[in-house]
Formats: sequence, C-alpha cells, structure tokens
Amino acid sequence: MTPELGQLALILALLLALAQGILPLLGAWRGNRALMAVARPAAAGQAVFVAMAFGILVWAFVRFDFSVQYVADNSNLALPWYYRIAAVWGAHEGSLLLWIFILNVWTVALAAFSQKLPEVFASRVLAVMGLIAVGFLAFIIFTSDPFGRLLPMPGDGADLNPVLQDPGMTFHPPVLYTGYVGFSVAFAFAIAGLLGGELEQAWVRWARPWTNIAWGFLTCGIVAGSWWAYAELGWGGWWFWDPVENASFMPWLVGLGLIHAQAITEKRGSLRAWTILLSIFAFSLSLLGTFLVRSGVLTSVHAFASDPRRGIFILAFLTIVVGGSLLLYALRAPKVVGGKPFKVVSRETVLLIGNLMFAVAAAMVLLGTLFPLVGDALNLGRVSVGPPYFGFLFPLLMLPVVLLLPFGPFLHWGKGDLPALKQVLLRAGIAAAACAIVAAFFVNGQLKAIAGVASLVWLAVGVLLYAIKRWREMPRGRRYPAEMAGMLLAHLGMGVFVAGVLLSESLSVTSDVRMAPGQTQHIGGYDFRFDGAHRTTGPNWRADQGVVTVTRDSKAVAVMHPQKRTYLRGQVQTESAVDAGIFRDLYVALGEPMDANDIEGAWSLRLYYKPFIRWIWGGGLLMMLGGFVCAGDKRFRIKRSAKIEEATAGLQVQETHA
Amino acid sequence: MSRLLPFLGFMLLVALFGFGIWWNTQHDQNAIPSPLLNKPAPAFNLPKLYEPTQRVSKADLLGQPYLLNVFASWCIECGVEHPVLEAEGPGLGVQLVGYNYKDAPADAKRWLAEHGNPYNLLIADEPGHTAIDFGVYGAPESFLIDAKGVIRYKHIGPLTPDVVEDELKPAIAAMLKEAP
Repeated sequence: MTPELGQLALILALLLALAQGILPLLGAWRGNRALMAVARPAAAGQAVFVAMAFGILVWAFVRFDFSVQYVADNSNLALPWYYRIAAVWGAHEGSLLLWIFILNVWTVALAAFSQKLPEVFASRVLAVMGLIAVGFLAFIIFTSDPFGRLLPMPGDGADLNPVLQDPGMTFHPPVLYTGYVGFSVAFAFAIAGLLGGELEQAWVRWARPWTNIAWGFLTCGIVAGSWWAYAELGWGGWWFWDPVENASFMPWLVGLGLIHAQAITEKRGSLRAWTILLSIFAFSLSLLGTFLVRSGVLTSVHAFASDPRRGIFILAFLTIVVGGSLLLYALRAPKVVGGKPFKVVSRETVLLIGNLMFAVAAAMVLLGTLFPLVGDALNLGRVSVGPPYFGFLFPLLMLPVVLLLPFGPFLHWGKGDLPALKQVLLRAGIAAAACAIVAAFFVNGQLKAIAGVASLVWLAVGVLLYAIKRWREMPRGRRYPAEMAGMLLAHLGMGVFVAGVLLSESLSVTSDVRMAPGQTQHIGGYDFRFDGAHRTTGPNWRADQGVVTVTRDSKAVAVMHPQKRTYLRGQVQTESAVDAGIFRDLYVALGEPMDANDIEGAWSLRLYYKPFIRWIWGGGLLMMLGGFVCAGDKRFRIKRSAKIEEATAGLQVQETHA
Repeated sequence: MSRLLPFLGFMLLVALFGFGIWWNTQHDQNAIPSPLLNKPAPAFNLPKLYEPTQRVSKADLLGQPYLLNVFASWCIECGVEHPVLEAEGPGLGVQLVGYNYKDAPADAKRWLAEHGNPYNLLIADEPGHTAIDFGVYGAPESFLIDAKGVIRYKHIGPLTPDVVEDELKPAIAAMLKEAP
C-alpha cells in the first residue's frame, strides 16, 4: 500500500507545482497580490509531498519491498544497507526522483531567503522554478514511475549495478544534481528579469551566491565522478571525454563564465544581456545533460536505461523550456541592457575574454559529444571524435585563460593601468621561467611536465602577488573579504589542477605485465612484488584478490590488494588498489589469471606509477572551496542582516512595551 | 536579429536530437557492425569437444552453410538462449555448430548433459585464441556462415524467438535463395 501513497504524493506535488508555476505569473501580470502569495506555500507543499515520495522509495529499499519493480531491479537481500539507500538513485526512475527532490530543496531555500526581493520579481522567480518542477514531475509520473509494482513478488531482487557499489558513486549523483539543479536559480532570475523587462544590479548581487554554490557543488560532483572513474574502472584514467562526463562538464564551463559575468553585471551594470544568456545556457546545458544521459540519443560506457518515449518527452520539455527562454531573450533583451562603458585595458575585457573562451570550449565539447549524431544525420556512418579532438582543442582554448588569469585582479573596473601589469608579467614570468628551467632537469626534458610546472608557478605567483598587494594597501579586516579570498583560492586551484594534469600525463609510467608469485617489477623507482592471489569474500561478492608488496630501496612502502570481484548476479568488477600520496599514486589493477583453473599461479597485472595525479582533484576541490567561500561574503547578505536587525529591534520595542 | 541567433542555433540542435531519437528507433543499438560481415570467416582449426583428438578446420565445413553459436557453461545468458536453440535449431535448415568458448571440457559436457545438446557438431576453443579472430567479445554470439565460408549474419547476445524470426530466418532464406 505504501508505494501507492508515493505515487499519490507525486501527483499531489504535480498539482501544487502547477499552482506554483501558473498562479504567481498571472498575479505578477495582473498585479494581484493574492495570486502572487500562492508561490511560497505551494512551493513548501510541493516539497513536502516530494520528500514524502522520496522517503517512501527509500523505505521500500530498506524494507526489501521487492513487489516494487524498481526495488527488485536494483537491490537484493545481500546488498548492504548503505548501498540499498544509494540504490534509490542507482537507476533512471529513482535518479529523476532525486533530481526533483533537490529542485524542491533549492526552491524552498529560495522561497525562504527571497523575502526581501520585490514581491513581483520574487513571485516570478518562484513561478519559473514551479514550471521546471511541473516538467520533471510530469516526466516521472507519465514515463518513469518508480513505484510500479511487480507481481508476483519475487523472493529476491537482482542487483545494484556493481559499478555503482563504491563509496565515491554513492554521493556523486546527489552532489552533481545539486549543482545541475542549482543553476535553475540563476535561470529563474534571468527569466523573471526578462518577463519584467528589468534586471537591477541588486538582484544580480543577490543571485550571485546561489550561482557560486551551485557551481561549487557541480565541481565537487565532477571531481567525485573523476575520482570514481579512476579508482573503479581500472584503467587508471581520470577523464575520458565520455558523453556523460561531457554532459556535466558543459554546464560547468558555462557556469564558470556565468560566475564572472554576474560579477561584472552586479558591480558595473554592464553585460546584462550576456549574463542573462549565460544563465539560460547554464541551466539549459544541465537539462541537456539529463536529456543526453536519459534519452539514449548517445550511447556511452555509462549503461543507462533508454527508451524513445522518454527521449521524446524530454526533447519536448527541452524545446519548450530552452526554446521558449531563448525566444523570450530575443524579444525582451533589448529592454534590460545598460551599464557603464569600459576601455580595452580593463578588468571587464579580461573577464570577457575568459568568458568567451569558456563559452567556446563548451560549444566545442557539445560539438564533439554530438558528433556521432551529426555523422548519422549526414550519413557518414558512426563517427565519433575522441580524446585526440578534445585533448587538442581544449588546452588550446584554455591557454589564453591561464595566461591572462594573473592579470585579472590587478586590473581596475572600467580602465586599468599598464605599468602594474608589466610588473606582474615580469615577476610571475621570471619566477615561472626559473622554475621551468630547474624542473627541466628533473623531468628529462619532457615539455608537457615543464609546461605544468611553469603554469603552476605562473598562476600561484600571480595569486600571491595580488594577496601581497592587498595586504600592503588595505587596512586590517578589509584585506581579504570572503569574495576576494574565494577568488584567490579558486585561481590557485586552477594552477594546482593544470599542474596535476600536465605532470601526471607526462610522467606516468604504466606497465602491463604477466607476473608469477614472487616476481618483481621495477616501475618509477618502486619495486612491485607479486605475492600471489587468493579467494576472498564480501557481503555480496566473492573475489580473487592479489597481494602486491611495494618497496623502494628495500624499504616497505605499501601492501596492495587489487581485486577482481564477482557479484551475486555474475557481474564482474575490478577493484583497483591505490596507494595514495601527495606527490604520487601507486595503482595496481588485477587482470586475468594465466590459467583459469589455477588462481594461485601467474596473473596479468596492470601497474601504474602516477605522479601528482592527486593534484588534479586537489585543484578541483580548491576551486569548489573558492566557490563556496565566495558565496559566504557578507556583501551578498546585507539586506538580510538589515532585516534581522529590524526584526530584533522590533522585538526589543515589544519587550519594552511589555 | 542577432539576438535571435541563440534561438535559431538551439532549434538546429532540437532538429538534430529529434533525428537522433528517430534514428535510434530505426536501428538496433546493439548492432555494432562487424568488420567481418560479408567477409570470409577467419580460418580455424579446433578440436571436437567430445573427441579432442579429432580436429575440425574451416575447410572441413566448406560446402554447407552453418550457424556457429559461441557458448560456454559459465555464461548465464547462454542458459537463456539454450531452449531457443533446442526449439528452433532443427527447423533452421542449416547445420548448428556449437563453439565452446573458454570453457573446461568437463564443465561444458556436464552443462550439455543437463540442458540438452541441440548442436550437430561441437568444437572447443578452451584458450579462446581463435575467438579473437572472430571478434568475439562475449558469449553468446552467433555467426551465420554460408557454403563458401563467408560470414553472412552476426548476432551478439542471446538468440531470442523474436531475433530468430525477424533476423536469423530472413538471413538464412536470403542466403539459400542466392546459392541454391
């Protein structure tokens, strides 16, 4: 009976979403305050019902209710409880429910914190959020019901895709979705601004932390996904330019542009149309990501369910949302433009160049991702572009960004002065060149590695110089406001990331070897001794587990246990063993036994020495942190604290009266 | 006008996606075109499963069309496919050759004893080296090979009644019509 309640809850949520999406818009149009006032309670009610549906699905997994098809497909009696909860978003239907749930969390937060915005504007923003929820709730109710029954009820279920049975994967989707969905706030702001025909700087200021937080979550989700691919897939790679990865990377790039564009619009009032366009794009690409993953238009290593009916629904939804907003943009953008002019040498120009690069890079990724489809359409057969295309074009587009990044903070709004830039160029340039020359001796003249060191020093010194400038010129307490500190952190993260990519790619050593027990391989200064393999078991798998002892100069470094697991339903999954370090990872993946009947004999093994690979994720996490720190700036909250003062003042007045 | 450009660009994308959905309904996602299709089957020389001393080569099988079915006792999907082969095999009009893949002979024999043996001939490729030439990347897979030793049809995954009816039988009919 409970699963049917879940279904009912979703239908009620849909009705409330319709109310939230339509009535406030009508109210804002006709100037009817009663209708506008519907937005907040409707949003809260919708969130309650969606949370109820989500809770019911979790409960069905916890209680092994295999009469629910989705539960029977994605879990079984032996699956540990934490993976049973993660199984809620382990497949299509549940991950959509998670998407909606997160959208509701964002909407409720928005409803709670937007009290100080003008009523008309706030109700339009909330209505747009409601309309997005309508689309997704209709999608889940009509094409992807997670509560469908399976009769007769099986005694045991199938299994959660073993690829997903990994700690990294349990929190990757919720975090990623939080990022995706978070861009809906900026989107709703842009649409509300277009509808009203005005976009005040104060509103953009208010919207900024939301974009920063969404982008921070997206960064975290991508880092988690990359880490998971590295640890789980057994290839030792961290990014594959896979369509599903690209789907999350495109909104990230546009979101990065949006963060900077919003800063310009908020402070100078200029580039409003561009900010609006990027807001639309960032969220559209999030939707597009959902479409690409869920519709089966492109096939990828991520084996997701695909169904043409779902594809058509999402495409129709996408056409209405994105097509509608872009049409609105074309009609209304001329009304909202404005702002102050700026010179060629100015902070605006540098930010714009960065923006342009991010936008072009996103377009480049989109083209590459869709290329197989273009190939089909033009009857060229199944052509796909892989890492060579992305690996060539992406660094090319990011090169100007890396080169210009240290200058940005030194430039003033409107008009910057050249001498200050020359100083930065000289100091950071000399430091980078010096370190590059020193590095050249350590990396055997590998150009990529030298470039990695040079970019790290270039960016880090740029950040440092600016930090020193602030320290010298600003009074205590105003040196590093959160917005500034966040920016410095994120820019430093960029340097760490670039260094990680270039160094690990150029200096990694890989070796595919056949090893009998007792044999030793020498890789990257480490000795890997294979000590044989044996059987082991876990809660819902059995595995062949190899033992590899790593030593360096006869000193023990690590004992590693790579596994080849066979799950209950026969799916095989490698579990690589990683010995992590700040400066290098050692990575061992177990291949196949040379003789299938003798697992204690020789095995094929893949051994990696990966220097600096952790810097890739470290850089990503610094960028994420930068986004979050930035969002915490007091400047974005002035209105709210003023309101609290008002409220407390009111209370004091009451108290004195009492 | 320039403000309409994003909208127009997006409409182009929508058209492309619409096409993509249509294309996917028309084409089987699992049908990865085999580079071997309509090419001569790779040469092989493998022992029979039940008489390991006797070997069967590609040349031995020329002159008669046959369906080469890759299976293994460890393969769960093969168990799904097996009843279909049992039911449809005799009516196909071609020889059914079982290709036992990466399997211990004893396991294979036990499996066949348990599930039944629909095959006219059984060959064993325990190390799985020949299967690489065939481009096999998992069991079950089936290859329809004509009298001249050319691969005419390939199916990855279990043969279901629908696949047999809609794909395999038409392929066999086309092959037999061409070479009487």
